[in-house]
Amino acid sequence: MSDPLLELSGVTIRFGGLTAVSSVDADVREGELAGLIGPNGAGKTTVFNMITGVYQPTEGAISFGGQPTAGLKPYRITELGIARTFQNIRLFPSLTVFDNVRVAFHLHLDHDSVHSLTRGPKFQAEEVQLRERTRELLSIFRLERVQDEPAKSLSYGDQRRLEIIRALATRPKLLLLDEPAAGMNPTEKDELMKLIRFIRDRFGLAILLVEHDMKVVMGICERIHVLEYGRKIAEGTPSGIRGDPKVIAAYLGEEPVKES
Amino acid sequence: MFPPRSQRILLAVLAASALLSAVSGRLNPYFLDVALGAGISVVLASSLNLINGFTGQFSLGHAGFMAVGAYASAMLTTTLAPRLGLSANLLQWVFFPLSLVAGGLLAALAGVAVGAPSLRLKGDYLAIVTLGFGEIIKVVLQNVDAVGASRGLTGIPSHTNFFWVFGSAAVTVYVVWALLNSTYGRGFLAVADDEVAAEAMGLNTTGYKITAFVVGAFFAGVAGGLYAHLKGYLNPGGFSFDKSIEIVVMVILGGMGRHSGVVVAALLLTVLTESLRQTGAFRMIVYSVLLIVLMLTRPQGLFVWPLWSKKEGRP
Ligand SMILES: Nc1ncnc2c1ncn2[C@@H]1O[C@H](COP(=O)(O)OP(=O)(O)OP(=O)(O)O)[C@@H](O)[C@H]1O
Ligand SMILES: [Mg+2]
Repeated sequence: MSDPLLELSGVTIRFGGLTAVSSVDADVREGELAGLIGPNGAGKTTVFNMITGVYQPTEGAISFGGQPTAGLKPYRITELGIARTFQNIRLFPSLTVFDNVRVAFHLHLDHDSVHSLTRGPKFQAEEVQLRERTRELLSIFRLERVQDEPAKSLSYGDQRRLEIIRALATRPKLLLLDEPAAGMNPTEKDELMKLIRFIRDRFGLAILLVEHDMKVVMGICERIHVLEYGRKIAEGTPSGIRGDPKVIAAYLGEEPVKES
Repeated sequence: MFPPRSQRILLAVLAASALLSAVSGRLNPYFLDVALGAGISVVLASSLNLINGFTGQFSLGHAGFMAVGAYASAMLTTTLAPRLGLSANLLQWVFFPLSLVAGGLLAALAGVAVGAPSLRLKGDYLAIVTLGFGEIIKVVLQNVDAVGASRGLTGIPSHTNFFWVFGSAAVTVYVVWALLNSTYGRGFLAVADDEVAAEAMGLNTTGYKITAFVVGAFFAGVAGGLYAHLKGYLNPGGFSFDKSIEIVVMVILGGMGRHSGVVVAALLLTVLTESLRQTGAFRMIVYSVLLIVLMLTRPQGLFVWPLWSKKEGRP
């Protein structure tokens, strides 16, 4: 078994009197397709926000590739190789689809403000190459036909896919997806599942998926972590999780754990 | 191709400014004065557009940075230059531009001091801090005897000519355009759109905001130097809050984050202000009414046409 790529140990965060996440231990291994599930308000998005540096844990530690991430700004964490999408889509709405992806290549740029002004041959060559790479990414996901549209004009499903492409442009080792299937119809969900598997294989990265749709989660995740009221109550394979009495109890009165 | 098209256009505009400068002596002096004022407005509005338009921040301190540049360059040309015993040509074509740059750098330094602490914070801190900065600069200038205190600074040589004004305007527009038109530069727009997402995509949002702010402050300082050597005297009252608002209005009328729209707005508004000068307070009423009408009818800006915006890469 490979060393964990991402490791959370005893991670806790309090907002005033509310303990949103409480001593959570979890890990994601290199190349793994892992799931993070739990009822509404269980703390899943908060875990993502702590992993990506938006929030700092009150207690506990997070490390990525063996390096502790405490105190790092979000963009530094992205630099280490963690990219994410957002539960409530956060594209750059007024930028074109093309520029949404292009700007995310930023971490791997050789040019900066000064080169933008001098615009020498090397700068121009890099820009040409970046345009090529952007187009390539867009075409893998068949979004090149709308590349000049503002991102806000895309359909909901396309916006979600664009958010994933944009995250990939940062060249992550770990991709965090927060409810990518939300608002999608069954056909789109099937496509999304294929897409997630494809991304993992093609880009060789690990994925941590937060998702309410059990068919999606059970269908693609190799290992699942379950949260309830900020505590981790179970971890295991999809079939193990489905039969776990604690998980079933957590979801009672919520949406039942079943493949519908 | 090298040099790229944008730089060839810049060179062409610089050459045209030089040619026009050679014949500008034949123009009606009043007309020339208005034209140069309009050119200085282009420098001010385009540089503020980088901060308020493209990067989505809200600075109210542009008159303050302008004052820093104006006084700094004027002090150089009034106190240092005479001791060097330079020829008139050297003064006008070498010492003066260097003093403009020095004024710009000092304004940029002030920009770092003001921007670095407040740009780290989210929200409207920048507006409040820059507002305070502008007022502080004014009060300081009103009380420092070395720069003439409230009597103002007089006897500034009139080095500002057509070439320096429109050359500076062309350079400012080029710098703002070139900064934005690169993969790096798209980051400014991303920061304006969604800071959290920008940070999550690996963009150092604070770095972008400070860069925009410092570059903006630099050109405001250059504009101040041009202004000082156009008018021949400086009065701290000329760099009040009203002046900052005037520049903000140009950026808003120009469509916030449109290169060409803001240039047109700066030119037209300067001419309009000039023609309303005799009417005094009435000017501010016209301004206010104009703003209200605009917000209601053309929230995207006055001078924004679809063709232009498409070229500029912002849908
Ligand atoms: N910034 C914050 N300030 C205060 N409370 C917060 C903050 N962020 C999250 N919370 C609280 O933490 C708890 C967990 O929220 P979180 O969004 O992580 O849940 P979730 O598992 O993602 O739920 P959902 O499935 O509805 O997205 C909630 O009670 C929420 O109100
Ligand atoms: Mg959530």
